[in-house]
Amino acid sequence: MVLELEHVSHLVGGQTHLYDIDLKLVPGAINVLLGPTQAGKTTLMRIMAGLDRPTSGRVRVDGKDVTGVGVRERNLAMVYQQFINYPAMSVFDNIASPLRLQRVAAAEIRRRVHEVAAKLHIDHLLDKRPGELSGGQQQRCALARALVKRASLVLLDEPLVNLDYKLREELRTELAALFADGQTTVVYATTEPQEALLLGGHTALVHGGRVLQHGETLAVYSTPASVDAAVVFNDPPMNLLPARFGDNGRLQLPFGVEVTLARDGLPAGECRIGIRPSQLRLAPVSGKAITVSCVLELAELSGSETYLHLNTRHGDTHLVAQLQGVHALALGSAVDVHIEPDELFVFGEDAQLASAPPGVIHGVH
Amino acid sequence: MRKSRVLPRAITLTLYVLFTLLPLYWMLAMSLRTNEETLGAFSFLPMAPTLDNYRVIFTDPSWYWGYLNSISYVLINTVLSVLVALPAAYAFSRYRFLGDKHLFFWLLTNRMTPPAVFLLPFFQLYSSIGLMDTYWAVALAHMVFNVPLAVWILEGFMSGVSREIDETAYIDGYSFPAFFIRIFLPLIKAGVGVTAFFCFMFSWVELLLARTLTSVNAKPIAAVMTRTVSAAGMDWGVLAAAGVLTLVPGALVIWFVRHYIAKGFAMGRV
Repeated sequence: MVLELEHVSHLVGGQTHLYDIDLKLVPGAINVLLGPTQAGKTTLMRIMAGLDRPTSGRVRVDGKDVTGVGVRERNLAMVYQQFINYPAMSVFDNIASPLRLQRVAAAEIRRRVHEVAAKLHIDHLLDKRPGELSGGQQQRCALARALVKRASLVLLDEPLVNLDYKLREELRTELAALFADGQTTVVYATTEPQEALLLGGHTALVHGGRVLQHGETLAVYSTPASVDAAVVFNDPPMNLLPARFGDNGRLQLPFGVEVTLARDGLPAGECRIGIRPSQLRLAPVSGKAITVSCVLELAELSGSETYLHLNTRHGDTHLVAQLQGVHALALGSAVDVHIEPDELFVFGEDAQLASAPPGVIHGVH
Repeated sequence: MRKSRVLPRAITLTLYVLFTLLPLYWMLAMSLRTNEETLGAFSFLPMAPTLDNYRVIFTDPSWYWGYLNSISYVLINTVLSVLVALPAAYAFSRYRFLGDKHLFFWLLTNRMTPPAVFLLPFFQLYSSIGLMDTYWAVALAHMVFNVPLAVWILEGFMSGVSREIDETAYIDGYSFPAFFIRIFLPLIKAGVGVTAFFCFMFSWVELLLARTLTSVNAKPIAAVMTRTVSAAGMDWGVLAAAGVLTLVPGALVIWFVRHYIAKGFAMGRV
């Protein structure tokens, strides 16, 4: 199924939640809506589902205008961030309820409920009430109810946020596998860039009620179209530094370093440089690496990774470095970090991407 | 330290229970005595306990019909109030519309009016349309007070159910009535119980409207009780027995909804 939003905007009480959005979901794939909270992801999903009517614009399914068509007439399923089940029914009845409403034969219902419950590992809980289950099991029940319908569109609104870390990883992997057959168009809203990358598929970056960029997840990640897009799709945030191209064509970095970038399409004059925290290293990779001497202000340990908050000795610029493993460095000590010029993102004065690191995947829609 | 705090507490509580229960006990004791004993010398326990007073009530139609009348209009009132209040409370809980808050408050102000204010209009209206002295007369009159209360309580319980459940049901394909009856009502059954209890209680104890709007066929028990002073004097024992029996339905209802009421208090709506 092909779902298209055309010039969709949404106002609630005089406040604009969505500004003129054009979005065409990729059929049979996972479409991730990635953006911070309040970006408009949920509003966008509610319009796709037909729960809300857009203030202006059209929603099309397979070319047919379905704007204002009620949610009951749409063939879709939705899972919320909260674990929404029917508390008064058993898990079996919860999962069976959409099928019963479609007047599917009882034997067929039994078969399909058991099949989907087995896939989600809740087949031993079918006689319980949702209230007796753990959070992860409750969300599995909600997912099972969404899947059992075999709807052509499944909307998942941050379905894993309220689960603990381990369960989230487990369920995320299972979800990606469940939809791998390409039969279902999935929309998956999340605030976490990591999650978008793990799910793969396509990603639309949503920010401040606008879709910043839409394309294959990896392509969007490696070539963020603007500073905003880079901010939304990087956690920890990308280091963004003011810089300029001198008359000699060399890039002048704020900590008093000049470097030549061997690329086409570079702007002239003022620009902004983006460096991913994981690309600030303690040891150089190539002979072209720029060395920046810094003072360590703060070191955060997250077990497998260390975040260093650094201030450059020259130019007073704040940098964040993400290092693999545990690094025991004393606060206030001198740290030299190395930057590969070929890994720099260059954004023009208009905050649009001027040049991405060469050798990345292209194909942004 | 601990002991010195426990003792005063025990004494206070004992006194409190004693003062609360003494009138109830005295009524029960009176209902088990003959009139001669009641008017005779003081004694704390009935000297010759008898069930004659209760026998009078259960055999004399003018007595037991009082109970049947009361129960009839109270049940009609309770069922109607809850049925009418359910959709209204759902609307107040789920939809925003022009003046919704004012309308909600206006409903409550109905509850603040003394019943006597409505006495004359009800009397005149019911007389002219032939509703006087029927169960419906009293049941409808009591709804003026019970529907706002029911809407208020139910709205609190409904707002405690997340809106996403409604939407999930619509996405699953439930029609509104099917959703309301099969999904939503089971979730607020505690609220329905509490609401029914309060409607029952108000209607059961209200005397002014019930007595004025009825004369013979629908006369409530409370009105029967006030008319027992006969030429032979006051029948103390029967009156006390009637009083005890009046408490029974209320006590039964409270027993059934006691857990729900605690929940209602916790939600700040009771």
